Amino acid sequence: MKIGVLLKQVPASDSRIKINGDQTGIVTDDIKWEINPYDEFALEAGIQLVEGKIASSLVLISLGGKDAEARIKDGIARGVKAKPEAIRLDDAAFAGSDPLGEARIIAAAIQKAGIDLLLTGKQAIDDDNAQVPAMVAELLDRPQVTFVEQLEVAGDSLTAHRVMGGGQVDVVMSPVQAVVTCDKGLNSPRFASLPGIMKAKRAKIAVWGAADLGLDAGTVGAGAAVVSEGAYRLPADRPSGKIIEGADAAAKVKELVRLLRDEAKVL
Amino acid sequence: MFVDTETQADLREAARQAAESILGPSVKADDESETYRKDLFAALGEAGLCGVSTSEEFGGLGLGYSEYIVVLEEIAKVSSSYAVSVAVSGLPQVILAAYGNQAQKEKWLPGLAAGELLGAFALSEPESGSDAGSLSTTAVRDGDDFVLNGTKFWITHGGYADIYVVMARTGGPGSKGVSAFLVPGDAEGLSFGKKEEKMGMRASPTVELIFEDCRVPASSMLHNEGQGMHVALSALDSGRITIAATANGLSQAALDVAAKYATERRQFRKQIIDFQGVGFMLADMAADLEAARLLVRKAAWLKDEGQSFSTIAAMAKLKATDTAMKVTTDAVQVLGGYGYTREYPVERFMRDAKVMQIVEGTNQIQRLVLARALKRKYEA
Repeated sequence: MKIGVLLKQVPASDSRIKINGDQTGIVTDDIKWEINPYDEFALEAGIQLVEGKIASSLVLISLGGKDAEARIKDGIARGVKAKPEAIRLDDAAFAGSDPLGEARIIAAAIQKAGIDLLLTGKQAIDDDNAQVPAMVAELLDRPQVTFVEQLEVAGDSLTAHRVMGGGQVDVVMSPVQAVVTCDKGLNSPRFASLPGIMKAKRAKIAVWGAADLGLDAGTVGAGAAVVSEGAYRLPADRPSGKIIEGADAAAKVKELVRLLRDEAKVL
Repeated sequence: MFVDTETQADLREAARQAAESILGPSVKADDESETYRKDLFAALGEAGLCGVSTSEEFGGLGLGYSEYIVVLEEIAKVSSSYAVSVAVSGLPQVILAAYGNQAQKEKWLPGLAAGELLGAFALSEPESGSDAGSLSTTAVRDGDDFVLNGTKFWITHGGYADIYVVMARTGGPGSKGVSAFLVPGDAEGLSFGKKEEKMGMRASPTVELIFEDCRVPASSMLHNEGQGMHVALSALDSGRITIAATANGLSQAALDVAAKYATERRQFRKQIIDFQGVGFMLADMAADLEAARLLVRKAAWLKDEGQSFSTIAAMAKLKATDTAMKVTTDAVQVLGGYGYTREYPVERFMRDAKVMQIVEGTNQIQRLVLARALKRKYEA
């Protein structure tokens, strides 16, 4: 069984996000990039399946420019014992793809690479769309199992525990030819070892473009996008809190009740 | 060489992550209870931190001291005890790489480089410290064996190590009568005495070794008979770079805490870093550390380039460890009363720093090395 893991490069979760002048995106100058944290759970799950000899091989796939190679190498370094293959999907024709266009590119790559089980993060923490894995599953006509916090693979089938909120957990069975999106709690992602980093530096990363994937360039990229981004804006600043002055606690409570009734109108 | 290469930056980040996650959780408790954990050392080995400069052929990373110092600095920022542990276990690796024969290398290097085996270095004795050539532990040939008798003092990893490089007298008095041996930790006739109760580096075990008719095969000798002091001193030249790098990590950790505190702490409605008395202290800490770091980088670079580095290594050890003492002491001062409590790590940093002015050749010995070099150069 061949496992595929999608790795997306995102700004580090502690980044201070600033919007650029023409509101078309964020300022990336001071951004430190990392693997999408939810993808790290998918990566760790994939590594463990190969290390546990449940799967035969691991393929890391990332849709992104040359700068995404550092993230792929981070993935190779962590998974060094599973000897992962790595593919970067990049073509001028891919630029400006919407989630559906991205899903078409990735789905074509999954087919070309002969991936059985595709593991991804449940969403990427940059724009939190959570759309691409679902679309990939639909395009490939495979089952999708989302928000997985426990995963067992045996033979041709997998059993997954899905986080449903409110303490509810769904237990789902599926053939292994599926798309599984991974949530926090699935595992504890390992960090890269020094030997892993050194080996990853020498690793080859294949680059596949539209022609390699047999994709009609008219179905991807900005021209094919049905969703477009209007403008980027930061959320409005929250108004500052109010400190209630008063002679004593009783007076302050009285004033608080008055404000809740007359100003906030919640009483 | 003035800033990290891409590889060095990657290793720094990985070493930082590994050190924080492996050592961070127990660093305070282990200092207080004087506990060394071999499983933590093994975890550092698993992360690839224990054989940076050992060749890939023997399971190391095959990198230079320029990379090794980056890794040690990051470990020391979390725990100088374990930075010393990695550095000390590195000494037998350096010695084996330079002076071991193929069989010795094959037997010991892969385990040491992987952190599966712990190494140690035994030179000092109760009556022989800076005057190392006067050591009195003996190794007497008996058939195909050597029989060791004597006592070694201040041995890091004593009782924990799997392999000790031991300097013992096989010939007449003085340095030329000393040979180096590989002695396994479970050798018959090797026992362990008192574990020292120390001011700092309390997670690093310092123990007395006792050799009583300890028999090792003649094939345990490193290099040639009578070359033991040469082996030891060349290892110490390299060791000085590692101690200096450890000191820099400690200084950086202290500076990080002190500078952050001085920007958060307000008195008289000002951040205390804006008071010249505090701000200038932090400025000196940063400048001294940067100077020490450049010296250590130069020493490592010279070693990697295959050039003579003894003098610069002595300077690096002297400056980096004196700087660590000053920076950690000043960090306590910047934090005031809080710095003196065990709630903040700077008092530990200050205690840990002191011994680095003493080990791997006291800083007086470093000055002696430098003065002798000057004398040789300027004497007509």
